[in-house]
Amino acid sequence: MDIHEYQAKEILARFGVPVPRGGLAYSPEQAGYRARELGGNAWVVKAQIHSGGRGAAGGVKLCKTPDEVHAFAATLFGKQLVTKQTDANGKGVYRVWVEGASDIAQELYLGFVLDRKSERIMIVASAHGGMEIEDLADNDPTSLRRMTIDPAVGLSEFQARELAFQLGLKGGQIAQMVTTLRACYRAYRDLDAVMVEINPLVITRSGDLVALDAKMSFDTNALFRQPQIAELRDRSQEDPRESTAGDHGLSYVGLEGDIGCIINGAGLAMATMDMIKLAGGEPANFLDIGGGASPERVVRAFRTVLADGNVSVILVNIFAGINRCDWVAQGVVQAYKEVGLTIPVVVRLAGTNVEEGKAIIDNSGLPLISADSLAEAAAAAVAARPRQAA
Amino acid sequence: MAILITESTRVIVQGMSGRIGSFHAADMIKHGTNVVGGVTPGKGGETVLDRPLFNTVREAVEQVGAEASLIFVPPPFAADAIMEAADAGIKTAVCVTDGIPSQDMMRVKRFLRRYPETRKMRLIGPNCAGIISPGKGFMGIMPPHIYMPGRIGIVGRSGTLGYEAAAQMKALGIGVSTSVGIGGDPINGSSFRDILELFEADPETDAVMMIGEIGGPQEAEAAAYARDQMRKPVVAYIAGLSAPKGRKMGHAGAIVSAFGESAQEKVEILAAAGITVAPNPSAMGETMARVLAHRKAA
Repeated sequence: MDIHEYQAKEILARFGVPVPRGGLAYSPEQAGYRARELGGNAWVVKAQIHSGGRGAAGGVKLCKTPDEVHAFAATLFGKQLVTKQTDANGKGVYRVWVEGASDIAQELYLGFVLDRKSERIMIVASAHGGMEIEDLADNDPTSLRRMTIDPAVGLSEFQARELAFQLGLKGGQIAQMVTTLRACYRAYRDLDAVMVEINPLVITRSGDLVALDAKMSFDTNALFRQPQIAELRDRSQEDPRESTAGDHGLSYVGLEGDIGCIINGAGLAMATMDMIKLAGGEPANFLDIGGGASPERVVRAFRTVLADGNVSVILVNIFAGINRCDWVAQGVVQAYKEVGLTIPVVVRLAGTNVEEGKAIIDNSGLPLISADSLAEAAAAAVAARPRQAA
Repeated sequence: MAILITESTRVIVQGMSGRIGSFHAADMIKHGTNVVGGVTPGKGGETVLDRPLFNTVREAVEQVGAEASLIFVPPPFAADAIMEAADAGIKTAVCVTDGIPSQDMMRVKRFLRRYPETRKMRLIGPNCAGIISPGKGFMGIMPPHIYMPGRIGIVGRSGTLGYEAAAQMKALGIGVSTSVGIGGDPINGSSFRDILELFEADPETDAVMMIGEIGGPQEAEAAAYARDQMRKPVVAYIAGLSAPKGRKMGHAGAIVSAFGESAQEKVEILAAAGITVAPNPSAMGETMARVLAHRKAA
């Protein structure tokens, strides 16, 4: 689960990371007011969306007067900001962060991630910050420093110091870096984060460290014990289809194609999508109905998939273990009637109660297309698409 | 002999008095698994499915000689249940639970390392379908009837895709020695490599079907092991060719976030290590058949 930059800064500041002074605005007027309130003679206005690459997309600007802050904020509110990390629809701007401009002498990169190889939290840092970590890894890989943290001991001071020296910091910056690193680690650990990123972490002209940007992402599996983090969820930044599906126990990811997929199990879902692609089609979505799916949940899955206007055929592929083919088949028939389906549906059932399931499909009198194997199902779905204008 | 579970393995179920735990325990017993008891704190002394319940795993080890434990404990308490099993001297634990916080798993993995090799518990999962040695016994949630006893090992992250592979092989007359679901989480108890080692050493396994997916470094590690240290052939499939970068595909661990984690890259790494990669998920069975026929002819 992602949160906004300003929320990440507030959290990290509480743990001891130095951040610039700033204020949140819900309107252009409020943004101008925040600038006056903060004082100074230069402000950075930043659109708050759950995405990186905001600067290049026109979501961040250095302003010289409160009126300019007001005027720029007015261009942001309500806008769908498209960055290279968002899809073509972009993300809506409903909050703007205004902060005092910093005098930047150097930009560093600092990230904390879950390293799957060592199965520990890993620090990734570079003396050359400012660009995305992917670009850093491509263009300047030798500048990257990595360090893993023993969960039984935590981040030791000597480790943090070592990293600070590796990054070329000097004098009082060493102690500031140690504080910043340990603060980020504690925030990561205590709040069940999966990612903390400060990019850039700047050294100001006066030689101090400041987190100019901050990103935090949290482990959704741990939200049950992090209620104050769970409250920060911002549905305006989510794909509404995905969040609605999630509310109903379905795991859904919207994609660009036109073949809607209803499948049980993440691996089988990915494999079915691969099969569609190899058969010459494009999947419209990933959807896992989970285990023990009732006919009602299957109907819900149909509604979720059909909410995507691009879908021209639906492929149901179930290999039932703790699911039951007869329940799924009942759900398919029920969905056909309730939702008023007009597009072709291909159904492939296997596993628990498969004979009962197939009988329900075959005796339904509905124009459902049955398939026995994964390959057959994918081919049938691709063939069933209405002819597209060339 | 198979690996991890045979007809004689003394199995307990942590969370056996729950609805899901008792349902699957009943199915395991029906298919010949030697279930000797269950553990539910506070229900010691009661019975479920004619088996004794214990308050602690240690009691189950001491009183009925439990060697393996299937864990059906809700996510907030699952890490603790795994550590309890390890501390009590259980040899193999299978955790089905989906949704364990990743930092809990980090702690579990660190905890498991405190025991000497001789009494270190092997953990399978979490977020997995379990393990089955067809005709002998199983610990998990899979439909046992789709597996035919035989001499091919299966190891995969996904439950249902593992079923698909077993069914494709069965249709071609190829049976399974043991099938192991290692689970879809970013941090799991046993890696692909760990299971390949067991299959390599198992005299009743001739070849291995490995079913990977996007995300994480484990397929690459397994490829290096297969290339350098395995004599038995490995056939592989990697799911997620059409998965976009940076999007989580159902499994918490199925996300491409670093170099070498996409399906295409993993296929290249596996092929370069001499592993035969099935061209599509519908060809897992026939690819295995081809490799076996080739080996027989050679």
